[in-house]
Amino acid sequence: MPNSPVATANHEAHDNPALLHHFASEQQQKDAASLGMWVFLATEIMFFGGMFCAYLVYRYWYFGDFGAGSQSLNVVLGGTNTAVLICSSLTVALAVRAAQLGKQTTVVVCLILTMLFGVVFLGIKGVEYHDKFVEHHVPGASFHFPGHIPSHPDIPINQQHAQIFFSLYFIMTGLHALHMIVGLGLFAVITYYAMRKRYGPHYCTPVEIAGLYWHFVDIIWIYLFPLLYLIDRHK
Amino acid sequence: MSEHVSSLKLYIGIWLALLAGTLLTVIAAGIDLGPFNAVVALTIATIKATLVVLFFMHVKYAHEKLTKVVIISALFWLAILLALSMADYTTRLWS
Amino acid sequence: MATAAVQSGERETYLNHQYGIKSWLLTVDHKRIALLYLMGITFFFFIGGFFALLIRLELLTPAGDLVQADTYNKLFTMHGQVMVFFFLIPAVPAVLGNFLIPIMIGAKDLAFPRINLLSWYLYMIGGVLMLYTIINGGVDTGWTFYTPLSTEFLNTHVITAGLAIFVAGFSSILTGLNFVVTTHRMRAPGMTWSRLPLFVWAHYATSIIQLLGTPVLAITLLLVVCERLFHLGIFNPALGGDPLLFQHLFWFYSHPAVYIMILPGMGIVSEIVCCFSRKRIFGYQAMALALLGIAVVGFLVWAHHMFVAGISLYAALIFSLLSYFVAVPSAIKVFNWTATMYNGSISYQTPMLYAFGFVGLFTIGGLTGLFLASLGIDVHVTDTYFVVAHFHYIMVGGMVMAYLGGMHFWWPKISGRMYPEGWGRLAALLVFVGFNLTFFPQFILGYMGMPRRYWDYSHSPEFQILNVLSTAGATILAVGYLLPMIYFLWSMRYGKPAPANPWNAAGLEWMVPSPPPTFNFDEEPVVTWEAYNYDEIKEEVPVAQ
Repeated sequence: MPNSPVATANHEAHDNPALLHHFASEQQQKDAASLGMWVFLATEIMFFGGMFCAYLVYRYWYFGDFGAGSQSLNVVLGGTNTAVLICSSLTVALAVRAAQLGKQTTVVVCLILTMLFGVVFLGIKGVEYHDKFVEHHVPGASFHFPGHIPSHPDIPINQQHAQIFFSLYFIMTGLHALHMIVGLGLFAVITYYAMRKRYGPHYCTPVEIAGLYWHFVDIIWIYLFPLLYLIDRHK
Repeated sequence: MSEHVSSLKLYIGIWLALLAGTLLTVIAAGIDLGPFNAVVALTIATIKATLVVLFFMHVKYAHEKLTKVVIISALFWLAILLALSMADYTTRLWS
Repeated sequence: MATAAVQSGERETYLNHQYGIKSWLLTVDHKRIALLYLMGITFFFFIGGFFALLIRLELLTPAGDLVQADTYNKLFTMHGQVMVFFFLIPAVPAVLGNFLIPIMIGAKDLAFPRINLLSWYLYMIGGVLMLYTIINGGVDTGWTFYTPLSTEFLNTHVITAGLAIFVAGFSSILTGLNFVVTTHRMRAPGMTWSRLPLFVWAHYATSIIQLLGTPVLAITLLLVVCERLFHLGIFNPALGGDPLLFQHLFWFYSHPAVYIMILPGMGIVSEIVCCFSRKRIFGYQAMALALLGIAVVGFLVWAHHMFVAGISLYAALIFSLLSYFVAVPSAIKVFNWTATMYNGSISYQTPMLYAFGFVGLFTIGGLTGLFLASLGIDVHVTDTYFVVAHFHYIMVGGMVMAYLGGMHFWWPKISGRMYPEGWGRLAALLVFVGFNLTFFPQFILGYMGMPRRYWDYSHSPEFQILNVLSTAGATILAVGYLLPMIYFLWSMRYGKPAPANPWNAAGLEWMVPSPPPTFNFDEEPVVTWEAYNYDEIKEEVPVAQ
C-alpha cells in the first residue's frame, strides 16, 4: 500500500490554492477525496441494500402479486428512463474527460447535458407517478388493484400483497429520485465553477467524484428497472 | 499527475453496449424462460453495471487495489444481508 | 468574536489558538471537535443515567408504585435509545478517536476536517430531535422499535425518535468514513500499518462496521417512518407484511453496533495495558487481526436476537453456530492482554485500574454471551434480566470503563492538566463495586425468571431482595460517575500542569506538548520505531501524584 508522500512536497503544493493545509501534496488530497467517495458509495450500496432485501423477501413470498404489479408499470417509460440515465452517464464521463484534457467549454456543455438528462428522467418519473395516482395504485385508502395473477385467471390479486409491491416501488424509486435531485444540485454547483474555468488537468477532482456519485445512481436504476418493471412480462 | 484518459471511442462503445443491454433485457423479459427470466435479467444488469464501474468510473485503470477492495467488500456485505435473511425465509416452512 | 489570543510568551495550543464562540462552532480542528462532542455525549450520558435511576427506583418494590406502566415503558426505551445512540456509539470514536488518531499517525488533521464538523452538527441535530421527543412524552416501544407495535399500535413519538436516530446515524457514518480515509491516506512517512497503535486499528475496524451497518439501520428507520405515516404493510402482518423482516433489518445493524461500541474500548485497553505493564503488546498481529475478525464475524450473527421470534429453526442453528465463532477473536484479545501483563512491571494508576476492570468484566459479559448463543439456554433466559445483565456487563463493565480509563489516560494530553490521582482511584473503585452490585444480581434474577421491561413483579416478590441490591449498586455507580466529572472540571483550573509525557508512554501523541498545538506537529514526523517500543523507553511510569 503506498505510504504518504514525504514532507518536502509541502513547498511546491502551496502554489495551488485548491490544496488544503492539512495535506502534504495534491496527489494525497486527490487520493483522499477519491477514496472518500468510493467509501461513501459503499455505504449507499448498503442503504439501498436494505430495500433490496425487503424486495427480495416479498417477491419470494408474493411472486404472483408482484408480477401483476410489475405488469401495470409502463415499460416504455421505464425503458426510456433507463436509456436517458445511460446517456447522462456518458455525458458525465465525457465531462470528466474534457476536464482532464483542459477543454473548458466541453466540460460545461457536457455537465449541462447531464443535468438535462437528469431533469428528463425526473419528468418521466413524474408522469409515471401521476399515472399510478390516477389508476389508484398508490398505497393507501383509495388503493384499488383489480385483476388476477398473470397466467392464473382463477386467482385474484391479493390487495394487501399488491400494496406491498407498490409501497416498495414508490419507496425505492422515490429514494432513487431523491438521490438524483441531490446529484443535480451537486452538478449545478460544479457547473458554476466550471464556467469560471476552475477545472483542468491540474485539478478536476470535484468533477470526477461527482461523476462517480452519478454513475452509482445510474447503476441503482440499472438494477431497479428489471426488478420492478420486468417481472413476468411474458405472461 | 498521471491520470489515465480514456478515448472517446471507448466511451461511445460502452454507451452503445449499455443501450443494447437495455434493449436485450426488455426483449428477454417477453420470452418465457421460466425461472431463468430473473437470472437473465440480473445477469444483463450486472454486466451493464460492471461496464459502468470498469470504464465510466475508471476502476479498470485504478492504480490501487484499494478501490476494488472497497467495491467487493460492499457487495460482499450486501450478499451477507440478502443470503442470511433468505436462509430464514426459505427454510421457515421446513419444520 | 474571535480574537488573536496567544499572549506573548504563552505557547500556542489548540485551546488558546483563538477565542470566541464562533471559533469553536466553526472550527475544523479535530481536537476542538472532539471537545464539542465531549460536551454532547456527557450531557446525554447523564440524561440516560437519569432514566436508569428512575428505572431502578421503580424496581425497588414489586408493585408498580413509582410511575405508571406506560411511563415505565418510556423510561426503559429512552434509557436505551439515548445511551446506545447518543452515548455508547459516538463516545470513544468521536471524542478520543477524533482527538488522537491524527496525532497518533503523524498527521495534521483528519482527511476531511469539514466533514468532521458536519458530523458533530448532525449529532447535535439528532440530539435536539431526541430531546424534543423526550420532552414531548418520549417513545415506549423499547429501544428496538419492534413492529407492528411501533408502526401501528402506539401514539408515542416514534417518528421523531426514529428521525433523531437516523440523523445521528449519518454522523456515525461520516465519522467512520473520515477515519478509514485518514488511516489509508494520512499516515506520516514510516508509519506503516504494522507500526500503528492498536487504538488506530480498533477505530479502523469500528469504522468498517459503522460504514457498512449504519446505512441499513437508516433505511429501516425510514421504512418504519413511512409505514407509520402512510399505513403501509411492509412490517405489519395484518396487511401482509412480516414483522420479522423489520427485526432482520434492525438487528443486521444493531448487532454489529455492539461491536462499534466495544472495539474502540479494546483499542484503549491495549494502549493502557502496554503503558502500565511497560511491555510491548503480546501478539500485535493477532490483536490487529482479531479486531478485524470481530468486525467481520460480527455481521454474521444478528438473528441470535430472534431465536424465539419465529425464524426458521435451521436459520437459528446457523446463527447459533456463527455466534460461537465471534467469541474466538474476543477471547484471543483477552488472552493477549493477560500475556502482556505477565512479567510486566505493573503500576496501578487510575487508567490501569479501569483496564483491569475492563478485562475482567468484559470476559464475564462475553462468556455469558455464549450462554445466550446456545439455543436451549436462550429459550429459557431470553427477554429476562439475564440478557440485561449480559449486555450491561459488556457495555458498562466493558465499554464505559474503557472510556473512563481512556479519558484518564489522555486527560493530561487533552487538557494540559493532571487529574487528582487519589480521587481517580476512589472513583474507579466505586465504579467497579457499584457496577458489580448493580448487575451481578441481575444474572441471578434472569435465571430465576424475572422478565425484562416489566414494571411490576408483584407476582414474584422473591425477586425483591436482588432488585434492592441492584438499586443500591446503581446509586454507588452514580457517585462513581459523578466524581470524574467534578474533578476533571476542577483540574482544568487547579490541576497540576501536565508534561508532554506524564506516563512515559510510547506513541506519537506523547511526543507533542500537552495540550498539543493546533497543527499537532511542528515538523512532519518520520517514524522509524515499532509500536509499543517500551523496551527502548527506559523510564518507569512516574509515581502517582
